Amino acid sequence: MSAFNAIGADREVERDEYTPGIEPQATWCPGCGDFSVLKALKGAMSELGKDPEEILLVTGIGCSGKLNSYFDSYGFHTLHGRALPVARAAKLANPDLEVVAAGGDGDGYGIGGNHLTHTARENHDITYIVFNNEIFGLTKGQTSPTSPKGHKSKTQPHGSAKDPVRPLSTSLTAGSSYVARTAAVNPNQAQEILVEAIQHNGFSHVDFLTQCPTWNKDAKQYVPYIDIQQNDDYEFDVTNRPEAAEMMYETELAVHDGEILTGRYYRDDERLSYTEEKQAIGEMPEEPLAERYHDDDYEWERTYDMILDAHK
Amino acid sequence: MTEEIVWRIAGGSGDGIDSTSQNFAKALMRSGLHVFTHRHYPSRIRGGHTYVEVRASPEPVKSRGDGYNCLLALGDSFARNPQEDAYYGDEEMKPIVENLDELREGGVIVYDEGLVDIDAVPGFEERVEKNDWHVYPMDLRARAREKGREVMRNTAGVGATAALLEYELDNIKDLMSDAMSGDVLETNLEILEDAYEDVQEMEFSHDLRMPTGEHDEEQVLLSGSNAIAYGALDAGCRFISGYPMTPWTEVFSLMSKYLPKVDGISEQVEDEIAAAALALGASHAGVKAMSGSSGGGFSLMTEPLGLAEMTETPVVLVEAMRAGPATGMPTKPEQSDLEHVLYASQGDSTRVVFAPGNVEEAYDQTRAAFEIAYDYHVPAIVLYDQKIGGELRNVDESFFDREPAPDLGATLTEEELAEAAHHSAGKFNRYQHNPGEKGVSPRSIPGQKGGRFLAESNEHTPQGHICEDPGNRIAQVDRRLGKHDSIREQFNGADGSHQTTHGDDDAAYGIMTFGSQQGTVEEAVDELNDAGYSVKSMGVSDLMPFPEAEVTEFLESVDECLVVEMTASGQFRGLVQRELGRFGPKMHSLLKYNGNPFEPAEIVDGFRSVLEGDEPATTTKFVPAAGD
Repeated sequence: MSAFNAIGADREVERDEYTPGIEPQATWCPGCGDFSVLKALKGAMSELGKDPEEILLVTGIGCSGKLNSYFDSYGFHTLHGRALPVARAAKLANPDLEVVAAGGDGDGYGIGGNHLTHTARENHDITYIVFNNEIFGLTKGQTSPTSPKGHKSKTQPHGSAKDPVRPLSTSLTAGSSYVARTAAVNPNQAQEILVEAIQHNGFSHVDFLTQCPTWNKDAKQYVPYIDIQQNDDYEFDVTNRPEAAEMMYETELAVHDGEILTGRYYRDDERLSYTEEKQAIGEMPEEPLAERYHDDDYEWERTYDMILDAHK
Repeated sequence: MTEEIVWRIAGGSGDGIDSTSQNFAKALMRSGLHVFTHRHYPSRIRGGHTYVEVRASPEPVKSRGDGYNCLLALGDSFARNPQEDAYYGDEEMKPIVENLDELREGGVIVYDEGLVDIDAVPGFEERVEKNDWHVYPMDLRARAREKGREVMRNTAGVGATAALLEYELDNIKDLMSDAMSGDVLETNLEILEDAYEDVQEMEFSHDLRMPTGEHDEEQVLLSGSNAIAYGALDAGCRFISGYPMTPWTEVFSLMSKYLPKVDGISEQVEDEIAAAALALGASHAGVKAMSGSSGGGFSLMTEPLGLAEMTETPVVLVEAMRAGPATGMPTKPEQSDLEHVLYASQGDSTRVVFAPGNVEEAYDQTRAAFEIAYDYHVPAIVLYDQKIGGELRNVDESFFDREPAPDLGATLTEEELAEAAHHSAGKFNRYQHNPGEKGVSPRSIPGQKGGRFLAESNEHTPQGHICEDPGNRIAQVDRRLGKHDSIREQFNGADGSHQTTHGDDDAAYGIMTFGSQQGTVEEAVDELNDAGYSVKSMGVSDLMPFPEAEVTEFLESVDECLVVEMTASGQFRGLVQRELGRFGPKMHSLLKYNGNPFEPAEIVDGFRSVLEGDEPATTTKFVPAAGD
């Protein structure tokens, strides 16, 4: 008997169930791309029949982090850049939870970049949504790791001298087993990609282009976009790493020329998730660890019986 | 009969000094003696001066001794090209040269003449004569080479010193048989016995003999690191995340060894920010979790530590102090992370900090840390150091015969959640303003029906939604900080105190310390009382929330107090003054920060500085009380 009966309820879930009664209306600026992430996430979770209480949504800090306030589920609004280490441990503690992490481009590609690299290489079965608006929004418009070279802001008055981070390429190299990019202006594709990402067994990274109408006015609104799976000009095999890498590289250059390429870039369905890898070497229990603390029949081991003989 | 033997084995890092000394200590424990070890080693894998002392006595021992009386000086296999003028000195000679100053009068020296050129030791003959040392050169390397491999010279040395101390080999041989097998065992036993027998033939000029003793019950030999790991396991901890750093790695390694055996999870991760954040994630999802590091890594944990306080996520962190700042001296103990651990992270802290004073306290207080963390939803920290982490001592086996305590603390079941207070929109009131008992608002675990809430690092409403309303802010801050009062009240009302006093209640003078120096202070108190002074001590373990009443009573009862700590700036004395707001004119400081823990004699000298105005030992620094 599980102590967590919201998990695996397998029922019809209306999108409205993810709308919190406390804060039904988001406070993002009018025209903000973040609304689309919220909408796509609600749509995807509803499509998958996920009970709000079997979902743990873990966010970083920034406009993106407010996602927790407007999406009703179990949530953990952590610190700037720290969503992934919290999220992946929760998944290890209870692999039955549907764990989604989310943050912005500064959050995920800047301050939390190390965590992205390592979470990807470990291939935890969680989904990571990065709200990429190429700017620091909530702190009022500073240059971010994905801002184009030459981007001017109060903290980079002479324009950024840096090449922007390549989020898709970095993610692929680090070891993500599902990598996609979608855009706020493409709600149907966004929901489809989130469904795939959540269903994928392994670390799914979705770079979500979310226009910032307030601080990134000069930036493109990420239109017109091109879905690379729907366009004959971009034929490649998403399961082929070198081909995926080339497509990513092209996409990351194109965005700064006003050409918005989106779609699925890479997937590896063969690779074991981290939970499976750890179980294979005997370092991870088969039953969710979180259940054990509610099992009155479990005989907890004692170091007195288990270890002390070695000290005699 | 000799009262005690303090046997020191010295050589190079990587030469097996550690394992040899551990086996020797265990053999002595099995023979009925009380033992205590002290490790000194460099931050280097191969080579560099290292030694381990094994103190053995028929009476309980709580500390390293004042100096030592039997030296086994091996060579350093990895000594750098010896040059006297090199800044690192002549490493080939260090196993002997570095160890002479602390050798007591009448002491015994066995050295490996195959590796150590005794004629090159300045003034050796004169010192031997002056101190009545008894020197037994042996070509240990040749003995080892002849029968087996060069590293087995340790074995030959153990055999030789055992013979000199007239200590039977049975227990040593048993332990070797436990650890080795086949040819390696055969060869080692042969080398051991040959050395023993050859030395027996020699004529002894020394008086030292291994004392004999008897234990009332079965003993176990273990370190503070062992005790912390076992306390965590018995508290139901089944998740650890960490990043290697000396000396915390010992606890991390032990947990990583045993957690998979109990279907738990150990994670080595990219950095200490992640390490602590993972522990929070696991705890949030309903598992008893810990992380830890040494000072440098704990700096990175500052972020998740504050997050645990704000989101009221239970977690246990351990911090193994070493000499700082920055990289400092990685393998040398110090207690100067005290203020770092108490106050790191933005905002007002609600953490709980324990500093155990010995192996038993390390076990007990780690269990207490888990209990408090999960009952009160606070981070609890066990603050220790390389000294207590690495010292081995014997403890009654029955001490560990306890029931496990896996309870998740203030957590609701789904049935309880169905009855619990919720917002009208359905969210669970995880952070109630006035939850009643102890200020703790019980939590739900993700996946439970009817328990959804937002763990929020911004200030938040009872459901966890971001909120900057002044009234809500005050209510949440008061409740979170108020937990300190509840915890203090619980500790004050408990059967036993975490503070350890020693000596007569009505003694005129006091010595106070915290954490790992406790045993050494107690030995100094005994020495002083034997010398006719009237002294008692208190080892403080509860650092936050502070045991105000107990420390006040102690300080009020004495005329003057010496505060002993391994910091350079008197951090612990500062804490006492900050917490109590008085006693400044009564508290003198004795500080040590040269990388080596206190010896009892240094504390005795420091105490005489208070009373007689004597000069303290040059290895320590005496700072008189304010206003003196």
